[in-house]
This record gives sequence, C-alpha cells and structure tokens, in this order.
Amino acid sequence: MTTQTLKRPAQSSDIRITLTKRATRPYVNAYTGGILLGIVLFLAFFLTGNGLGASGGMNRVIVWIEDAFVPWHVDRTPYLLDMAGGSKNPLDSWVVFVGVGVVIGGFISGWFNGRLKVETNRGPRVPVRWRWLLAFIGGAFMGYGARMARGCTSGQALSGGATLSVGSWVFMFAVFAGAYALAYFVRKAWN
Amino acid sequence: MAPFPLPVQDILGQGGQYILYLLIGIAFGAVLEVSGFGNSKLLAAQFYFKDLTVLKVMFTAIVVAMVLIFLTTALGILDFNLVWVNPTYLMPGIVGGLIMGVGFIVGGFCPGTSLVAAATFKLDGLFFALGAFFGIFLFGETVGFFESFWHSTYLGRFTLDELFGVDMGVVVFGVVLMALFMFWGGEQLERIIGKKDLKAAPKWRYGAAGGLALLGAVVMFIGMPTTEDKWAKIATEKETQLSERAVQIHPAELLGLIYNDRLNVRLLDVRSESDYNAFHILDAERLPPDTILQKVADYQTAPANTVFVVMSNDEAAATEAWKTLTAESVPNVYILEGGVNNWLATFAAEEYNPSTALPDAGDDHLRYAFPVALGARNAAAKPNPETFAALEYTSKVQLKSKRGATGGGCG
Repeated sequence: MTTQTLKRPAQSSDIRITLTKRATRPYVNAYTGGILLGIVLFLAFFLTGNGLGASGGMNRVIVWIEDAFVPWHVDRTPYLLDMAGGSKNPLDSWVVFVGVGVVIGGFISGWFNGRLKVETNRGPRVPVRWRWLLAFIGGAFMGYGARMARGCTSGQALSGGATLSVGSWVFMFAVFAGAYALAYFVRKAWN
Repeated sequence: MAPFPLPVQDILGQGGQYILYLLIGIAFGAVLEVSGFGNSKLLAAQFYFKDLTVLKVMFTAIVVAMVLIFLTTALGILDFNLVWVNPTYLMPGIVGGLIMGVGFIVGGFCPGTSLVAAATFKLDGLFFALGAFFGIFLFGETVGFFESFWHSTYLGRFTLDELFGVDMGVVVFGVVLMALFMFWGGEQLERIIGKKDLKAAPKWRYGAAGGLALLGAVVMFIGMPTTEDKWAKIATEKETQLSERAVQIHPAELLGLIYNDRLNVRLLDVRSESDYNAFHILDAERLPPDTILQKVADYQTAPANTVFVVMSNDEAAATEAWKTLTAESVPNVYILEGGVNNWLATFAAEEYNPSTALPDAGDDHLRYAFPVALGARNAAAKPNPETFAALEYTSKVQLKSKRGATGGGCG
C-alpha cells in the first residue's frame, strides 16, 4: 500500500442503502453496553459453565466445509482430525450455536435500532476498495492469530479475563500491544 | 453441592442445550451491536485515544462478569471448578495476540464484531469476516509445521491468584480497582485527545463504580469456599453413600473396569512412596494426599468416560481422598474396597492370605511383606480377567455425565 493511493480523496460512489425505515438510534453508553455484556457473559458461565466464543465457531464451519470436500485430508491432519475425524460432525459443538446466535442477534438489534445499512465504514482518506482489501487482510491476520492463541477477543479476552486465567490476561495485553504498536503506521487508514 | 452451572445436556437434551447456546449467542450479538461494535471506525478510534469505547465496554464486561462469577462462587451457588477457565499456553497466546493486534488495527474488527457488522450489512465487516475465515483455514493447514510451538509453555488451568499467591477474592477486588483506574485514565485521554465533554457522560457511572468496588470488597471479605466448606454442604448425603458402601467397588469390578475398552480408568494410589514401590496395580498413578488439590483441574478436564478409583492399603486414606475429590466436584470417583490388601488377597490368594500376613500391620498398612520392591512387575499387579471371571460382586459404578464446561471458549 502506498501513501499516495491513501491520500486520494474518498470516492463519492460509496454504496449506501438503508434497509429499514426505522430511525437510526444512537449507540448506548459504553458503560451500559459493558454492563449488559458482562451480564450475558456471566449468565453463559453461570448456566452452562462455558463462556462466549466466536472464532471457534467460524473454525468449525471451515472444517465442516473441508470435511465435505476433502475428508481424506482432514483425516490426515491432527488439528482438523480433532474436530472432524471419522464420523464426528464439526458443527456439533456449542460454540457453533453461539456464533450463529451472534449473527442473528446482531441482525435483530441492527433492524430494531435502524442500523441495517449497506455501507462501508472507513477513514475519510481511504477509498472503498482499499478498505475492503484492508479488512480482508486484517481479517486473515485476526483469524490466524486467534487460532494460534486458542481464542479470539470473545473466547480468550472476555471469557478468560472474567475467570482470571493468567494466559488470557497476558493475551489481552499482547493484542492491545500489537494494535497500538502498529496504529501509528496505519493512521492514514483511519484518520 | 453448588447447583450451578446446570447439567444443561441432562435437562435440555442434546438439541435443547443448543437452543440455549443459540439464545446466549443472540444476546451476545445484540449487546455487541447496541454498543457500537459493528462499526469499525468506532473500534479503531480506540487505538488513537480518541474514543475508548472498546476499552470501556470490554473491561466493564470483564469486571461485571468476574464479580458476579466469584460472588456466586463465594456464596456457594456456583461451582467454580466446573467453570471453563482458558488453559494457559503462554507463548502461543502472546504471539497469537500480537498477530491479532495487527489484524485488529488493519482490519478494524475482531471475529465476533465482524459477524455483527456483516449481519447489519456493513461491507467492511463482511470482507473482514471472509478474511477471518481465510486466516482460520490457513492456520489449520499450517499448524502442522509448528505443532510443538503451539503446544509449548503449557501451564494448564492457571489463575491470577495462583500467580500472585493471594486469595482469589483479593485478586477480584484488585482487578475492580485497576479497571476503575483505567476508566478514569481513559476518560482523561478522551477529554484531552478526543476533545470530549466529560460532563455529557452519565452521572450514574460513579454510583455503578462504587457498587462494583463494594461487591468486589464483599467477595474479598467472604472469600472462596474451602474444600471443608464444600464437603460440609454435601456431607450428609455423601456420608450415607459411604456407610451404605455405595462407592466402594469390589476388586473384581475394578478388574472389569480396567479391561473395559469404553472406559478410561484412572487408578489413584494415595499410599506412601515405599508402599507404592513395594507393590502397586499396573498403571496406578501415585497421588500423595497433600497434592490432591493441585490435581483437581487435571481430573476435571479428563474425558467424560473417565472413572477414578482411589486406593490405599485398606480404606481410611482412600476415603479421605474420596471426600476431597468429591467435594471438589470431580465426577465418577470410587474407592477400591478393602484397598490394595484386599486386591492381593483376591487375586493372589496363594501368596497373600491370612497365613502370610504380617501379624502387627495396623489399619491401612500394607499387610504383606515384599522382600523385593517389584512395583507393578508383580504378577498380582495384572491379574488375568478370564481366570477370575467367576468372581461375584455387586456392580456399583454408574457413569454420571459431566456437568459444566465441555471445552474451550473458542474451541
């Protein structure tokens, strides 16, 4: 990515379609959101003993697809074998259902609060296509790192943070350290 | 025994429990959405100190959940042993975390928030989610090249109280104070760098902060229940089981369990090292009684078909160990009836019988002399099940399904 491209003024051909007639409501206060999220997280632990998760469910969807097309490859890769070896169905796991719920819950809330809009959120100086590319690249890093760390922000930082796991707290600081260390160099993408 | 977490699979069935998880997910997604986590600009602003919503939401959530988890544990409503705690793999966690940090600032989401963004038709969220799927796929295909690193620096279920050597309640209170300090610092940054007017922030947050600190102090004051506290709650019911001999299994039943391919039998030998060296059943692991509490987390994460059988020379020490393990909610624990002495008398009666018994062996002492410490190389350590197929006993082992955590947070 060159700075020159990034300095181009934003294109006006942004796709922006509002899919609901409801008035857009503002986001709730951060502390209110945090308290609600904390209660959901607590209830998950309190009722089931498991916390929350997102990347684990996404992982199992990927493995399920791999198992459908190249089962012999899955059976020879120990990491994949754990989830989908033999007659095991990788989707037969609580974390998949939490992941599906996240999508449904996000949609319902977006609809209810008038935030269902086809749009691309980006810094003022980044063209839409660049934003899409950066999102994909960032997502790939995030996915790779999340599996290496055995959990993402939900499964490690939130769940492990609330149960005071040493590894999760160290992990959390590593995520923030990585992001802050690089923030300066990609500042033009966001500001 | 603490009633929560619920045995959801027993109550709701396989399908029913997934509906519960779906509902939890829906609540999770909706809360992320109303907090603004579907908007990448808001998430990225965190890293330029303009708007610290991410920090506030995340740490408020962690602190609220933590206080509630340990408050209910302190009150004996929740069994923390059955709550999933992410195992610590230090180095993979750090490296993975740094990579995720890069992904966060470049892409503007984390996996959960990108799903919410995609669900509300944010195209950047959709591309991020696709990228995350790709990265996850890539990891599965490449982890084989650094498998040993990925399993390295494993510290198991390791919580901050063990790290600092203080009570869990003290850590809870300390984390609350640390979070409140971070919120205060964050608001100052928002005021200076983000040019935000703090007067617009709701006043109730001071009350909420005070309430959290108070609850944290309550948790610290009550403290976590000890093994004795937990035993006291279940003592009546469990003492009955002991006196009705519902959990003491005949040596022949144990032999059958060992040869049952569908079970994972763990033999826990709580005798002294010298007795263990003199003779032990094949594959018995020595468990010094003062180390039991450190092993509980390991036993908790054993596969669901695991049966634990504790044994001493007779039954006294094994019964004490059984009480500790049961109080700490390790499932499926049994006692070897009559201990190792009875095992020997059952399966090697020619050699070990009243005529060869030591005259002055006290209760729970090894009753026979072993001139050479053969350990498990003694023939009696591995009796042939077919030879003893005619032995009669009352079968007592009933596998109870596991309650609580079934696997990794993001597993």
